[in-house]
Order: sequence, then structure tokens, then C-alpha cells
Amino acid sequence: MKQTAIAIILFWVFSLIYKILSGYDSSIMQVEEILATPNFTYWFGKDDFGRDIYFRLVDGFINSFLIIFCVTFISSISGIFIGVLSGYIGGKLDQTIKFITTLFMSFPGILLAIAFAAILSPGKLNLIIALSIGGWVGYARLARAQTLLVKEQDFVKASQSMGSTKSRTIFHHILPALSTPMIVEATYAVAGLIIAEASLSFLGLGLQAPEASLGGMMRDSVRYLLASPHYAIIVGASIMSMVFAINFFGDFLHKFWGIKDN
Amino acid sequence: MLKLLLTSVCQIFGIFLITFLILHLIPGDPILVMMGESSSLADQEKLRSELGLDKSIIEQIINSIGQLAQGNFGTSILSNMPIKPQLLDAMKNTYTLASLALCIAIFFGFIGGILAAKFHGSYIDRCITNVSLFFISIPHFFLGPLLILMMSIYLGLLPVSGMESKYAIILPALTLALGLLAVIIKMTRNSMLEIINSDVVRTARAKGLGELAITLHHMFRLVLIPLITIIGMQFGSLLSGAVITETIFSWDGLGRLLVTSIQTRDYPVTQACILIIASSYVFINFLTEVAYRFLDPRMRH
Repeated sequence: MKQTAIAIILFWVFSLIYKILSGYDSSIMQVEEILATPNFTYWFGKDDFGRDIYFRLVDGFINSFLIIFCVTFISSISGIFIGVLSGYIGGKLDQTIKFITTLFMSFPGILLAIAFAAILSPGKLNLIIALSIGGWVGYARLARAQTLLVKEQDFVKASQSMGSTKSRTIFHHILPALSTPMIVEATYAVAGLIIAEASLSFLGLGLQAPEASLGGMMRDSVRYLLASPHYAIIVGASIMSMVFAINFFGDFLHKFWGIKDN
Repeated sequence: MLKLLLTSVCQIFGIFLITFLILHLIPGDPILVMMGESSSLADQEKLRSELGLDKSIIEQIINSIGQLAQGNFGTSILSNMPIKPQLLDAMKNTYTLASLALCIAIFFGFIGGILAAKFHGSYIDRCITNVSLFFISIPHFFLGPLLILMMSIYLGLLPVSGMESKYAIILPALTLALGLLAVIIKMTRNSMLEIINSDVVRTARAKGLGELAITLHHMFRLVLIPLITIIGMQFGSLLSGAVITETIFSWDGLGRLLVTSIQTRDYPVTQACILIIASSYVFINFLTEVAYRFLDPRMRH
């Protein structure tokens, strides 16, 4: 398992470096090689426009990770902010925030993202907005639960008894204690976001045609499932391999830091 | 119990507010987005008054609640027909699909989980755990095409997509079920392993009960109740997975209706679909909570 996960990460990292060094443009079309099967020149074959699937996948991953980076940044910062405040201050604020998170959680899976992707015109920025709208909830819930745990611990109480201010307690004691569970949460969230982003593009709500997107490639490939199954299998297996590797990395960090589930 | 009911009602009202706001969050004039720039001014005004967009927002919310209370979901812009019959059809199809998937997942999930826990550490356990790990990480949009390739194209056993043949439900149901199945296997196995060395099991064994009776009557009954809550929560992934699965298999359910309505910019239909999907998720979660309290005597007070 461990070797497979490392091999997958290394493969895609080297692919990225190779793509940058060779400067290959993944949008070059060669009409005579439409849907060519994998061979030695084109490792993963060609797609329905005669573009190299391998380089297009690398481009798809670059786009996907750009979006995911922004979404993770926005949703983790806002989620942690809301969660820590709600857990630390408590009272009415906590009740209100708890109700709002329950409300957001009543939309199953990517439905909220679908709803917002539907009203915003498709594009990178709007995709980021649509995914961030539901993304903060997970971080907020975890940050709140962890804050409640840390708040009661002796070192926090000791510093409070020595007269540290609220902001000092939050920034110097609570946030550092939160960092490891949050990084693990973010790792799992990234794996989920790869699938969410690909699902939105698969439904035609994500990145649009000329741009390389994993979900868009998957949708195109399903159209040619009968004639050239290699296209769908390669794209699907690539997405899955990345999700698997990231989830494995999350499990590894989870064990490494000895984080307890609550 | 009352608090639970109140939360659920508040949640459904919140869902209603968010879906209601969808129409108002469209950048620019929603009427122009729906009808196109070239539509006549008279048509635009007609649609505006039909949708009630010419009234104040509070008035619109009250009107819309009144309409919904009468079971009126509005009119589709595309077909100019009431949405309700279309929606009921789609609901029937989605619920059939989701229930079949849930049945498959629960049945085989329990069997797999019990087997894996019973023979934990053995070859069977490793086999079941690895296969379920594979199905947990496979996304619906890949599993669907993969099943089509295997079952329809290579083996020629089942129809690729559509709803004509009565066997057409098998592939989409499997696509939805396999991921859930893997989760249920994992949960059942882990919770069974937690109580395998507990006093209950030791007492049962000391009484001289057979292995089958211990596994089913003592261990499985204990883990069943917490599992129900987990399965209820997983129902959400079933519903959001249905959007992708129905699109792949051309299954005329809520998910497909939602995607088509987004593509054709038929916003009243989009609103109705999102409202129904999210509300049924809340409803199922409410039912599982009630079932949990009812089934577990420790939770009743």
C-alpha cells in the first residue's frame, strides 16, 4: 500500500516536471491520431481531438489543484475562524453558529455546490466560490470540537490565570494545538475536493471546453466508451490513483501525529 | 424528541430559504438569463409577474410558502407545464433506485462485515477489506462507465442505459450501492471487532452458545443500532451520487432532472429539485434519529 501510494505521487510529480521542462502544449491536436490507443510515443493514447491524454491529464491536475488550493485556503481560514470563536466564546454565538452549520449540512454532498454552480456562470472563479460555500463547514465543526477540548486543559487555564488576554490565548495556545488535526482534515478534504471538482465538471458545471479538466475529460471519454474504452479507463484510474494516494497520506499523518477521533 | 422535530423543521425552512434565494442571486436579471436577450419585452414582463419577481421579497417568500403548502411547485419555463407531475415521476424513479441500492448495500455490507470480523486477520478478511478499500475510493463517475464496460459491452448481460428494460435498474443501482457497501463493511467490521472481547460475548460463550448464535444474536444486535445512524447519514452520499449516476445511465430521476434544468436554465425546476433532494435527506436523518432512540433502550430517557 505504502509503496503504491508513494509511487503514484512520484509518478505525477515527475510528470509535472517533465511537462514543464518539455514545454509540451497539451492542446495540440492531431486529427489523424484521434482516439489512438496507448503506445510508446503517447503513453496514454490520444483523446477525441487527437490530443495527448497524458499531458492533458497533467494539465487537468494542475487546474484541479489550483482550484482546490484556493478552496482549501478560503474554507480552512474561515472555518477555523468561525469554529474557534464559536467554541471559545460559547453562549448565544455558539448556538447560532451551530444552527448555521446544521443548515449547511442538510445539503447532501455536492448538492450545495451544484446549486451555486448552477446560478453562477461556469469558470474557475465561480467554481472556487461554489466549492468554498459548503467547504468551511467541516473545518468549523472540527475547530469548534477541538477548541472545546483544548480550552479545558491545564496549560490554557494556567496562562489565563497569569492574565493572558483572549486573543493571546487563542493565537498562542489554541491555534497551535489545532494545527495538526486541521492539516489532517485538510488532507482528507483535498481528496474529496478532487472528486467534487471533477463531478461538477463532469456535469458540465465546472471548467469549460478548451480548458483541461479531469471531469470534462471523463465526460468526453464516456461518450466514446464503446469505441475506445482506454480513454475512460485511463482518465478514471488517474483520478482514482490521486485520490487514493492523498487519502493514504491523510491516514499516515493521522497515525503519525496520533490524533484521536472524536 | 420535540427538539429534534423542531430542528428538522427549521432545517427544511432554511433549505427553502436558500433555494428561494437561488433565483435572486443570479448575476444580472434572471428573466434575461432565462429567456435570452432577444425575447420580447411583453414576454419578459409576463414571466416576471408569473414568477412573482415584480413583488417585494417578503411578499414573494410568503406567496411561495403558501404555494408549496398546497403542493404547488410552480411552472416550468421550458415546457410551460406545472412542475409537480414531472417532479413526482422523477421522485418515484430516484427513490426506487436509491432504495434498491440501499438494500443491496445493507444486505451484502452486513454479510461482508460479519464475515470479515469473524475471520479477522485471515485471508478472507484481507480480501474483503482490500476490495472494500477499492470501492470506497472509486468515484461514481468512474465506477458507472466501468460497470457499463464490464457488464454491458464485454459480457453483454445488461442494457447500457435508459429505462425501457426492467433490468436497466441493476447497473445504476450497483454504481450507487458499491461505494456505500464498502463503507458499511468497514463500519460493521470495526464495530464488531470492538466488542469481540467484551463481557457479553464471553458470557454467551460461557453459556455454551454456538458461534452462529453468538455472532448474530449477541454481537450483531449490539452493533446494529449505531450502524443504523451511520447508514442514515450515508443516505446523503446516495442522493448526491444519484445526480452523477442518473446522468450516466440516463435514468429519469431527480438528479437528471436537476442537471437538465440547469443546462436549460429552467430555474423553477432547479429550485424544486434541490428543495426535494435536501428535504428528503433531512427527513431520512430525522427518521434514523427517531429509530435510534426507539430501538436503543439506553437512549430513551
